[in-house]
Amino acid sequence: MLHRFANPARFGRIIAAILPWSAGLTVVLLAVGLYLALFVVPPDYQQKETVRIMFVHVPAAWMATMIYAVMAVASASALIWKHPVADLTAKASAPIGAGFTFVALATGALWGQPMWGTWWVWAARLTSVLILFFLYLGYIALWEAIEDPGRAAKAAAILALVGAANLPIIKFSVDWWNTLHQPSSILKLSGSTIHASMLYPLLVMIAGFTAFFVTVLIIRVQGELAARRVRARSLGADG
Amino acid sequence: MKAFGRLFARDVGLAFRHGGGAGLAIAFFVLTVTLFPLGIGPGPEILARVGAGVVWVAALLATLLSLDRMFQADYEDGSLDLLALAPLPLEATVLAKCAAHWVTTGVPLLIAAPILALLLNLDITGLGALLLAMLLGTPILSIVGAIGAALTVGVRRGGALLSILVLPLYIPVLIFGVGAIDGAISGLGAKPHLLVLGAFLLGALALGPWAAAASLRLNLD
Repeated sequence: MLHRFANPARFGRIIAAILPWSAGLTVVLLAVGLYLALFVVPPDYQQKETVRIMFVHVPAAWMATMIYAVMAVASASALIWKHPVADLTAKASAPIGAGFTFVALATGALWGQPMWGTWWVWAARLTSVLILFFLYLGYIALWEAIEDPGRAAKAAAILALVGAANLPIIKFSVDWWNTLHQPSSILKLSGSTIHASMLYPLLVMIAGFTAFFVTVLIIRVQGELAARRVRARSLGADG
Repeated sequence: MKAFGRLFARDVGLAFRHGGGAGLAIAFFVLTVTLFPLGIGPGPEILARVGAGVVWVAALLATLLSLDRMFQADYEDGSLDLLALAPLPLEATVLAKCAAHWVTTGVPLLIAAPILALLLNLDITGLGALLLAMLLGTPILSIVGAIGAALTVGVRRGGALLSILVLPLYIPVLIFGVGAIDGAISGLGAKPHLLVLGAFLLGALALGPWAAAASLRLNLD
């Protein structure tokens, strides 16, 4: 099943067929989601209009973690089955993931300023997302540092897997580190139930962000495939 | 086993010999800790409050500084290729090098840490926890660092890259290392933190050499 997609040419055809659909879906979902979030959802009785930041912040944070999982799975299949497009997928995912992580941190700071009165607190969640951002940066830096693409792919895949094994440990230790010293008093978001009028726009936005990720990923993988072809061709011309 | 012992003895010998750099890590450690009272003021209460964290952060950085020693010199003079061809599995080679790195970096840090903790006015009840936590924690730093060092071996300007790769992975050791000391001082007990550190050490021992050996293999061919 997996190996049917291992042929880069066939893989290229499949993702080219998906691209217009995912792009269209992105536009529709984000348009509907943003309309609902910005105009339909009533202002929160406590947070007033700033609650609308949630509709960007939560999907971005969701994508930040999901993309790392995508990267880890792609890296594992690149190492185990020597799947020729898996390492390109992992490489193409990393900057998108880092971007979403940055958006989650930035919108979180903008939301925290009016709500908590501070841009940043060293709470468990914030800290673990910041560390996730550094893991993304390290992964990208390792790809940049090694010139030979084959070696860079393997090294980056090992790093992604080591990071994936460590991420739960880091998350768990950071959680413990925070709760041990001061029980979280302001971060009660996840525990409270969310009203349906806010839940559905949020779900639409999450679906829209996911479609956006798929679209950008396809464009980036197409770029990587083209770059690989150019490299192969120029090497062939030299030799 | 004999080859393992020989390799360990060779690496320890090289590190302590002239130009081996074993003394540098400890000098860096002491100097970094010295900077903190100068930076944040000599008040005994402040220093007692931050002492545990300062000692651990300085230990992390000192270990990081010594990581390039682990494979880089052997890579440059070609002996790493021979070690990879030797009958000893590369995983065991990595483990021997980690052990040698720990003996030449972790153990000196371990010896210096209580003295520095006293200089920082750390509560005396925390000293035992500090020693035990560093005894469990510094081998983890060596093993996880070996993965980073193996990934960046042969990479130009690998030093800065190495720190970006390794420091996020060091965070759990820092958290539980400091937690053990705080626990001992506050009377809550250091045991849970030490047990978690022990678990991390076992996990790193079991998985780290494989990841580092795989990284070395791809950088050698």
